[in-house]
Amino acid sequence: MSALLVAEGLHKAYGKTVALAAADLAVRAGEIVSVMGPSGSGKSTLLHCAAGLTRPGAGLVRYAGQDLAQLTDVRRSALRRREFGFVFQFGQLVPELTAVQNVALPLRLDGVSRRAAERRAAGWMDRLGLADKAAARPGELSGGEQQRVAVARALVGGPKVIFADEPTGALDSVAGEQVMDLLNDAARDTGAAVVLVTHDSRVAAYADRGIVVRDGRSFDPAGVR
Amino acid sequence: MTMRSTFLALLEGQAQHGYDLKRAYDQHFGRSRPVAYGQVYTALAKLLRGGFVTVEPGEGDGGPDRKIYKITEAGVTDVQRWLDEPEDPEQYLQSSLYAKVISALLTGRSAAAVLDVQREKHLEAMRELTRRKRTGDLADRIICDHALFHLDADLRWLEHTATVLHELAGQVRR
Repeated sequence: MSALLVAEGLHKAYGKTVALAAADLAVRAGEIVSVMGPSGSGKSTLLHCAAGLTRPGAGLVRYAGQDLAQLTDVRRSALRRREFGFVFQFGQLVPELTAVQNVALPLRLDGVSRRAAERRAAGWMDRLGLADKAAARPGELSGGEQQRVAVARALVGGPKVIFADEPTGALDSVAGEQVMDLLNDAARDTGAAVVLVTHDSRVAAYADRGIVVRDGRSFDPAGVR
Repeated sequence: MTMRSTFLALLEGQAQHGYDLKRAYDQHFGRSRPVAYGQVYTALAKLLRGGFVTVEPGEGDGGPDRKIYKITEAGVTDVQRWLDEPEDPEQYLQSSLYAKVISALLTGRSAAAVLDVQREKHLEAMRELTRRKRTGDLADRIICDHALFHLDADLRWLEHTATVLHELAGQVRR
């Protein structure tokens, strides 16, 4: 099966600091790929470039055959909303909105009516064991619950790829495992691929395969044997 | 030692036939390595000789499988002693992986490649354990977690060693 998302030869520098020197990533539909590496290795920058959140200095990112660099900002942003979902280390929920409104947000930004968006959001909240937290604001939720809301928000638009950057990094091991179980099950059931950036090998073990990033360079450890 | 003690613990829970003891052992402890009948009866014979269990004829034809094994006071004390005694922490100071890393550096080969190959091997094992854990009951999860945390510790060592290889090479070749 050909890759749904391909990043090739990515370079990215912030001033004189080189974050990516030669990084590749290929993700097939429905697979979970972990990206591991030490702090500062460039793994998050690779995720940001592959997701179209950051423009690489050089290299190519293709999603479903489209070169992201060729898209206008508006089209790239629409593609991110419709095709991608995001989970970050700290849920990055909007504190003023309720949990269900946070989950519904990507749909609302895409023009879905409030009622329809919140109905779909409530379905995902229910599935992730958050049915009784719909009206709570993020500040009233535990860290694990906030991450489950973030997972629901990532899934609500029916993404083809979920980008998860240290999704359990701020959680204890039990809450982290619960979030990973839910993310894994939801991705497998909906056929979404997941790019899973983590420094935790127990989280990476949910993936079908993994790559390693070190000093801005990626390599596939399965290919070294 | 562990198998003998777990037999005693199972008998403390309930007096039983050798056959049932094997089944109980396999259910709780022998998940990936069931115990052979021969091992069960050899262990029971030793426990009998040591006064840790007694045997009574069960109902039925009186064959060897019908005997019921019961724990004695000495057996209960032995279980308590076993539980009270902490295990020696394994220190892995003679790790073969450590030996490979040093040998690679001594011979001018790539120690990073040794670490990379091992990392993938460890991750493969962790993926398999994670799959197994997700389909098992709570006891399965706990035993898989035990293995996962140990493999995770190894991987942290691999990552740490990868970051100091250059310095280590300098020291080893001095």
